[in-house]
Amino acid sequence: MSKKAPLLPHLDIAALPGPDTIRREELPNGIVVLIRENFSSPSVVLSGYLLAGALANTADTAGLAFMTAIAMTRGTQTRSFEQIFEAIESIGASLSLYGGTHTTAFQGKALAEDLGLLLELLADVLQHPSFPKTEFERLRTQQLTALAIREQDTGARAQMAFNTLVYRDHPYGLSTNGYVETISELTTSDLRKFHREYFSASGLVITIVGGVEADKVLDLVSSTLGQWTTKKQRAMPDLPALKPLKKSRRVEVRLEGKAQSDLVIGTAGPSRYDEDYLAAAMGNSILGRFGMMGRIGEAVRISAGLAYYAYSAISGGPGPGPWQVVAGVNPKDENRAIEIVQKEIKRFTSRRVSEEELFENKASFIGRLPMQLESNEGVAGAISHMERYDLGLDYYQRYQNMIAAITRDQVLAAGKRFLDTERLAVAIAGPDGDGV
Amino acid sequence: MSDASKPNLVTRLRNGLEVRLKEIHTAPLATCWVWYRVGSRNETPGTTGVSHWVEHMQFKGTPSFPAGVLDRAISRNGGVWNAFTWLDWTAYLETLPADRIKMALELEADRMQNSLFDVDEVESERTVIIAERQGHENEPTFRLAEEVQAASFRVHGYHHGVIGDMVDLQSMTRDDLFAHYRRHYVPSNAVLVVAGDFNTRRMLNQIREIFGPLPKAPAPQHMSRPEPLQSGERIVNVSGPGETHYLKIAYHAPAAKDDDFLPLTVLGSVLAGASSFNFFAGGISNKTSRLYRALVDGEVAASVQGGLAASIDPYLYNVHITVRPDRTPEQALAVLDQEMARIREAPIDEAELSKAIKQARALFAYSSESISNQGFWLGFSEMFADGSWYESYLDRLAEVTPKMAWEIAQKYLVDSNRVVGFYRPNSS
Repeated sequence: MSKKAPLLPHLDIAALPGPDTIRREELPNGIVVLIRENFSSPSVVLSGYLLAGALANTADTAGLAFMTAIAMTRGTQTRSFEQIFEAIESIGASLSLYGGTHTTAFQGKALAEDLGLLLELLADVLQHPSFPKTEFERLRTQQLTALAIREQDTGARAQMAFNTLVYRDHPYGLSTNGYVETISELTTSDLRKFHREYFSASGLVITIVGGVEADKVLDLVSSTLGQWTTKKQRAMPDLPALKPLKKSRRVEVRLEGKAQSDLVIGTAGPSRYDEDYLAAAMGNSILGRFGMMGRIGEAVRISAGLAYYAYSAISGGPGPGPWQVVAGVNPKDENRAIEIVQKEIKRFTSRRVSEEELFENKASFIGRLPMQLESNEGVAGAISHMERYDLGLDYYQRYQNMIAAITRDQVLAAGKRFLDTERLAVAIAGPDGDGV
Repeated sequence: MSDASKPNLVTRLRNGLEVRLKEIHTAPLATCWVWYRVGSRNETPGTTGVSHWVEHMQFKGTPSFPAGVLDRAISRNGGVWNAFTWLDWTAYLETLPADRIKMALELEADRMQNSLFDVDEVESERTVIIAERQGHENEPTFRLAEEVQAASFRVHGYHHGVIGDMVDLQSMTRDDLFAHYRRHYVPSNAVLVVAGDFNTRRMLNQIREIFGPLPKAPAPQHMSRPEPLQSGERIVNVSGPGETHYLKIAYHAPAAKDDDFLPLTVLGSVLAGASSFNFFAGGISNKTSRLYRALVDGEVAASVQGGLAASIDPYLYNVHITVRPDRTPEQALAVLDQEMARIREAPIDEAELSKAIKQARALFAYSSESISNQGFWLGFSEMFADGSWYESYLDRLAEVTPKMAWEIAQKYLVDSNRVVGFYRPNSS
């Protein structure tokens, strides 16, 4: 790499978000506030999370964190559902909450002049949700409808079948959105209890980026969320260890009347905390992202003409999320596509990537950073990411050097460590395979 | 409207290529868009889907840049590229670090006239496009939307979807594709937009150097067969797998340039929530819209969405309803009918109007923030109107009155002007 290294893009470090341009404050109640001003934008974005997620649910209560998050905007002690959304929508703003596996995330956007109102509403729904029964019943029916649609979605069914194969009784094997049986049984008391036990200011991180002065943002956050105090909360349970697959496994889901099959092939990947994460992410780019979706795209879509989409993805969350290849193919081509994918994974895990591949992927990782950090959403996401994974506020300023230092051996080692071709899960969802 | 929405320079090269440039210095990026005035509206039976397939072939290489070279080069330089085909247009986009944007100009000029359309590549792409269509067919909502669109247009080219009919995807030849390419991919049928961190004078010189040598060719004549006035409600039934009923109601709507378009935009916002005309910008929720309150709060539907598109010729205002499992689509239609009667019977109130205008202002601001989105708007509005449509959009929207909107409701939101589509699961 030494002779090519100088050709890697060089970014102006001062223009990237860093300790000098990100204000980080911790409020007395434990809330971490991160702010970056952007006066070229007329709008403002807020995003963040708190430590309440589906990990605290069981197989019998799957979907509880998800339903709690969406139900929180359906009424508070002082505002009805209509009042909340009249306030949000009448200013052209948005506000949503999402209950995931590890955290409940929130996201909002407004014109810069309306940040105060948006924060006031966020603070109210986080602290004082009333979980009105009528609204909850409506939500329940909407969610049951969504689950009926999911039953017919080949992509979703293949992913769920894959998760069941790879994660079995590990919490990652459960759907965060729940199941008909669990959603049907939830009550508003369950939601109220989950909120009471797990939602608190401690561990809450909020990032705000846009056309508002940092001092003013801090005042607004302090006045809306700074008084939130709760008694000692329950901590989220630790993530149990995942037992790896002992051998490759395959599962097929057959749905009548479909025209295309979805495939998911892979296994559990590294967490974002793993020391091999960046090398694995670089390898994933070579395997199934770069250009028109890397080696997988080249083999499945471009050479064989089998699929409209064929790519690989690495999740890189707090735990061992999937590292997987996804493709949509004609049902008669299922086995051919699977063979091609398995061959590419075998090649990826047995031979080093070429110097050229590694170089151009490094160039891409570094060069695309300004685009990823162009929007308020992009910057807010990057700042939350640094905070969530203890990367340090200078992470994006160190990023180009870290990327440049990744070696072919590290990429191969990461591939070998996670993508064992003798222990892959293969999930298919599609029509009855005429001609397969 | 501020000057922020205006290009710095609009000109036309001698070969007919329209050029629109806008300097933006908020990030070290630039975006290049080439918009061709051709889309599925221009297709005829036998070659439906040809515009979209040609768009795919534009990624398959030229003698100077063989297939696979460019996507690596774009990625290596920290950029993205993509392309989109719609009813009225086909657009190609590259966003790159500003000092690399010349690459985008070179590749776009090259593929405006030198794409290979290799026979083997055409065949390989045939299965990819059929797979794309089969992926859509997996979705009941696609199957319903396709039938409703077809029932809405008996004469006009908006009859068929962008992806094209399966029979044409199976039978179209390399020559069909190549002929379409040669006819429509000429400078006089295109608009080049470059926006971002550059100097306008230097950028124009570069564009003259790269695009100037492309030969002049006559702009293709587009045949347009206006859709006759619909004189009675049409009903479409689609059945298929699943458990969920869907309802799609399509009202014929005015063209984007028509004076009726903005009042209908306001009505759309009041009925089913505000949405952006920018295909790449997010929206906001619609929980306080009239249809959400009546249908979802009224416990008949699980969700409702509305959508109006900015198009050259009159297209559709669509309402899409996902029916609750404990209700029937007929019950949902009855509730919708009540709301449509209400909006025809009395003007919307001032509060509803000012909310619609504030929402439009916010969505417009969000959808203009990134450099890529600015590039989008500068070309997009040219496809169905001209740049002033975009520049004056908010001012004209603010001129809409409740009375104007009322008249438009009575004109367009009537049963005889609509197609009602039912998706009925086989299991029901």
